[in-house]
Amino acid sequence: MLVVMSVFDDLVGQDTVIEQLRSAARAADGLLAGSGGAGMTHAWLFTGPPGSGRSEAARAFAAALQCPDGGCGHCSSCHQVFSGTHPDLLYVRPSGLSFGVDKTRDLVLRSASRPTGGRFRVVLFEDADRATEAASNALLKAVEEPSPRTIWLLCTPTAEDLLVTIRSRCRLVTLRTPTTRAVVDALVGRDGVAPDLAAEAARASAGHFERARALAGDPAARRRREEVLAIPARLDGLGACVTAAARLYELAEAEAKETTGALDEQEKADMRAAFGEGSTGKGVAKAVRGAAGALKDLDDQQKRRATRIKRDTYDLALMDLVAFYRDVLAIQLGARVELPTADRDADLRGVARSSTPEATLRRIDAIMECRRRIGANVHPQIAMEAMTAALYTG
Amino acid sequence: MLASMDSASVPPLTVIVGDEELLVDRAVASLVAAVRADDPEVDVHDLVPSQVNAGKLVEVTSPSLFGERRVVVLRSAQDLTKEPAGVVTGYLRDPADDVVLVLSHAGGAKGRALLEAAVKAGAHRVDCAKPTKAAERTRFIKDEFSRAGRQITPDAAQALLDAVGNDLREIAAACTQLVADTDGRVDAAAVARYHTGRAEASGFTVADRAVEGRLPEALEQLRWSLSVGMAPVLINSALAGAVRGIAVAAQPPRGMSEAELAKRAKVPPWKLRSLRQQSRGWTPQGVAHALRVVAETDALIKGAGRDPAYALERAVIEIATARTRRG
Ligand SMILES: [Zn+2]
Repeated sequence: MLVVMSVFDDLVGQDTVIEQLRSAARAADGLLAGSGGAGMTHAWLFTGPPGSGRSEAARAFAAALQCPDGGCGHCSSCHQVFSGTHPDLLYVRPSGLSFGVDKTRDLVLRSASRPTGGRFRVVLFEDADRATEAASNALLKAVEEPSPRTIWLLCTPTAEDLLVTIRSRCRLVTLRTPTTRAVVDALVGRDGVAPDLAAEAARASAGHFERARALAGDPAARRRREEVLAIPARLDGLGACVTAAARLYELAEAEAKETTGALDEQEKADMRAAFGEGSTGKGVAKAVRGAAGALKDLDDQQKRRATRIKRDTYDLALMDLVAFYRDVLAIQLGARVELPTADRDADLRGVARSSTPEATLRRIDAIMECRRRIGANVHPQIAMEAMTAALYTG
Repeated sequence: MLASMDSASVPPLTVIVGDEELLVDRAVASLVAAVRADDPEVDVHDLVPSQVNAGKLVEVTSPSLFGERRVVVLRSAQDLTKEPAGVVTGYLRDPADDVVLVLSHAGGAKGRALLEAAVKAGAHRVDCAKPTKAAERTRFIKDEFSRAGRQITPDAAQALLDAVGNDLREIAAACTQLVADTDGRVDAAAVARYHTGRAEASGFTVADRAVEGRLPEALEQLRWSLSVGMAPVLINSALAGAVRGIAVAAQPPRGMSEAELAKRAKVPPWKLRSLRQQSRGWTPQGVAHALRVVAETDALIKGAGRDPAYALERAVIEIATARTRRG
């Protein structure tokens, strides 16, 4: 493995952002040393398109703030930040589709205590757009009246996803989609991926680094993508539409099960062990009753997580389909751009020839509509049948 | 029907053919009643093969000294062993004037010779086969009501079938109950009031009527399903299933076997034929529109809309009229 020289090395194709964060971390050090601290502020908003690595950037910044060495990447503080065990880092990753006011108030309370390590209390809030309205208002209070050593790092896809009153109190960190070149270099240089495979994965992921990494590292992910991209050319009738929707459904369910299954079991086993399952004596009956309630809570949490993972999986498949039709559109309009789905060249050209740009736009709309519907809890198979039928009829 | 038969017209020899016990019972009862109307004291011998031997049969079918009439009912005649069967065929060649003989026969291959002998001897034949088609059962229900001097609407008859199932005795009992407990013409709402417990089939009825374009019936079924508390999401999932079936039957995927087709449409293989019938005339645009409506409705039911009942009503209307869409 390559030696990591800095916590910022993991950010792919974000040179401007890295410079901004490095200098802020230096300013924070100055603040601790009592020499002003200009350039540092207590609330940050990390935004950027999916896959640009906004939470990775926020995490690297958190490490840099806690590290006595500006984010060296190998001290115990840096390791603790990356493993999520740092005592002064509150790491929030909403597992459900929304984040409620009770949890937010609790978070605000915990954020205000004095840093045990003598540096900062850092709250890293991924997907802060999942905060409910009431939760956002609780958050606003904390950002308006910050504790002297508390730093908030919020992540959302775009700045507009956050209450304007919160946004206006944050310094903005805008990540961009990394270039294919940057993704290839990172895959080859850091992960040791063969150059051909790296180039293929980088192009297919359209700048989504984690997606490129998954495609390069997991043959099953490549197979799933291929299967999804084969769909448009196969939609030669309504029966094929039903079949394709059913297949997409099966793929997502299987993948979600694979991802969550082992995790769920381990968490349950850990919890049973924590409640002393199998022990006897005074107080055991009470503990067992407590365990039943806790297990129920865990079960609910796991169900919410499964829902989210499924949704992410559908998203991945649907975005692959969008990529296909965007490429069709590029061909129809004669635009000379890199085609992420160029590996389906014959299909792309076939679909491009047999339809109009207007029909392609309608098809992309149908896919986005399907995405919204799955987000609104419509049964995924029903949502995807409507979509495949629209893709077929144009 | 035999209900109005009088004694004079009771044939001396009747063969009841079929395996529907309720109908057999009724046919026997009406024959016996017709004879009794004329002669209340008439002797009735109601026999089954396990109770009779050749001697007993000879005894009950022999001419009596004083010419007293008798009714001899021999049920499940196909189960008679050789010797008593021989007594019966002997009797058929040389019947007695004062005996009314009623044979019931299941109608199968077993004991076929006896059945043929009876027919050859000029027996009056009554058919009592189990109804196999839904239409036969709904006709039965209508007949039950007209026998009681009442009427039932077609959708109510269908609803009753959906709720009670295919057993004729249960259907008859349900009809008797409805006749006793209601006034006037019986409609779907009345059926719903008495059979809320087993209404789960009705979502499928809503969906079937909708894809068949039978809008008034589809709407009636929908109102009924909602009125008995059926979950809107289940009704919509039935709509989804029906439209999915149309999609698969209208344009099956290339090279797909019947079995695979049935699996894709999520129906048992025997349902494919009716599915093909339902799918006739649907345009691809119509099906695509119907699939879109189902997805929209799912979103409306799950929180995007305020009125799931209205969302479903709109869905049923859209689907029932989508068949011939061309854009
Ligand atoms: Zn460090």
